[in-house]
Amino acid sequence: MMKLTIALLILCMAPFSNAFAAESSVPLDRAPVDITDNASLQRGAESFVNYCLTCHGASYMRYNRHRDIGLTNEEILGKLVFTGQKVGDLMQSAMRKKEGQEWFGMVPPDLSVIARSRGADWLYTYLRTFYRDDDTATGWNNLVFDRVAMPHVLYQLQGEQRLVAKGDQKSLVLDKPGQMSGADFDKFAGDLVNYLVYLGEPHANARKELGIQVMIFLLGMLALSYALKKEYWKDIH
Amino acid sequence: MSNMFNSMIEWIDKRFPLTSNWKAHLSEYYAPKNFNFWYFFGSLALLVLVNQLITGIFLTMNYKPDASQAFASVEYIMRDVDYGWLIRYMHSTGASMFFVVVYLHMFRGMMYGSYRKPRELLWLVGMCIFFVLMSLAFTGYILPWGQMSYWGAQVIVSMFGAIPAVGDTLQQWLLGDFTLSDAALNRFFAYHVVTLPLVLLVLVFVHILALHETGSNNPDGIEIKENKNPTTGIPVDGIPFHPYYSVKDIVGVVVFLIVFCGIIFFAPEMGGYFLEYNNFIPANTLQTPDHIAPVWYFTPYYSMLRAVTVNFLGIDAKLWGVILMAGSVVIFCFLPWLDRSPVKSIRYKGPYFKIALTLFVISFFVLGWLGTKSPTPMYTLLAQIFTVIYFAFFILMPWYSKIDKTKPEPKRLQE
Repeated sequence: MMKLTIALLILCMAPFSNAFAAESSVPLDRAPVDITDNASLQRGAESFVNYCLTCHGASYMRYNRHRDIGLTNEEILGKLVFTGQKVGDLMQSAMRKKEGQEWFGMVPPDLSVIARSRGADWLYTYLRTFYRDDDTATGWNNLVFDRVAMPHVLYQLQGEQRLVAKGDQKSLVLDKPGQMSGADFDKFAGDLVNYLVYLGEPHANARKELGIQVMIFLLGMLALSYALKKEYWKDIH
Repeated sequence: MSNMFNSMIEWIDKRFPLTSNWKAHLSEYYAPKNFNFWYFFGSLALLVLVNQLITGIFLTMNYKPDASQAFASVEYIMRDVDYGWLIRYMHSTGASMFFVVVYLHMFRGMMYGSYRKPRELLWLVGMCIFFVLMSLAFTGYILPWGQMSYWGAQVIVSMFGAIPAVGDTLQQWLLGDFTLSDAALNRFFAYHVVTLPLVLLVLVFVHILALHETGSNNPDGIEIKENKNPTTGIPVDGIPFHPYYSVKDIVGVVVFLIVFCGIIFFAPEMGGYFLEYNNFIPANTLQTPDHIAPVWYFTPYYSMLRAVTVNFLGIDAKLWGVILMAGSVVIFCFLPWLDRSPVKSIRYKGPYFKIALTLFVISFFVLGWLGTKSPTPMYTLLAQIFTVIYFAFFILMPWYSKIDKTKPEPKRLQE
């Protein structure tokens, strides 16, 4: 009876997997995420401060936290801090909220935990699927975020894409090439998304490392506690 | 050394009933010897309660119950407080695991008839604990002030508005404002960290007191106190809780911790079930999310709330939803009187009860799954069907439990 009940419970859990995956009409591309790859994270961090931080803050993150990804305080000050801030400061955007409201119709969201709400694949697809659209205020549109307020900040790198719709199938073609090849731009976006994932949970690597130690300890505890239980219970019939 | 210890105990015993309580509740508290897997969840619930209290205290030291600072203060805890991320994940995972162990604990009671005479009050106190736990979960979920905190709370609070005549006034009184705002965040924080934990502790104490009065039920559903050794007066099928079940529960605790720590360290979001993705977006009072879903442990009730789509019997559909939702939880309180079976345990109950309980479990899971989805006509129909099955389990119980073909209960525990 118990086995049956447990089997039933497990069976009932099956439809639960992945119920909250972002519901998007466009299939998402898989982001190359590896938050143990410090070289990729450092490239992503530099791109982030160069291209994103002007408008978006990452205001729950401190610059000196980047020691996590293999940078020294001096390197952080040299590569990531441009506005005379201190190394222990939060990564605030240079733009004022009021300006964002006036220029884009909304304040650009803080990106500290954007990877935790949007997911890496969505961000990776989003960054690569801007296309020209004369009907929007910015002249840009996006496959996964229709009529997004953000213009295509990276168009000089990627070039300009155009939407080709065949029935329900939407695809993009490159009209004007940018400074980067398609593969290079994908790598650029991949590093940036990888960094955003790190930014969402900077302690993630430390968490997993500590987790392994805790698990080893608990398995030892399990053996000991089970032996103790056996010893006490041997006279119970 | 042992002499000194003994005289110290003696000193205390003259002033405080230490030894007598130790004996009454641990070393000479006799529990049935045939407890199985399902009997771990009571002590595990106590463990999670302690976890929530301790991690909660540390979170309170850095959390700011202020609508403009709450979200940032949670991220501050996650990033700048030493091991803040661990404390926060222990608390957020603990909240979900509290419901996991409590649901399994309740299911155990339903399988083995633990709510039956003489344990009706024990069951009712347990139900009160469950209500307080739900209130704690609700008030706690608001605190990070993310989109789901805000809009989830909005849904719950608007339920009070559906109550005829006094609804609007009640809603304003609860919120301390016309809308969900800083005032509400402050008072929900007060409930979450002071009022409700105090009530919960008292109820847990009463629950254990009631348990130790009647003694534990067991998988056979027979009373071990009815078969005592005539010379010692000890139940022949009973064993002292300490050391037997204390050492056994340690094994259960370690297995539980392996699961618990596995989630904390390797999947703290649990695929969006324990920490919802949308709750990493700060609350925006002007932007309703496309899809509002409560945390998994509330989704079965949320499905029932949404299941009623038409007004009938002169009652508004929304109010029906609220009535069904409240009823779906409160109805557990009536189990001791709905069950008319001559036996307690599922081991000796007949096929009707087994089928009914299986259907109930299925409907609970299906309703839970539907509660995470945006409603479509198909999903709403499914929710309606399974809501009927859910309630039928309780309402038809006096009938099917009575006519069911039961097996005779044994005189002694089987193993």
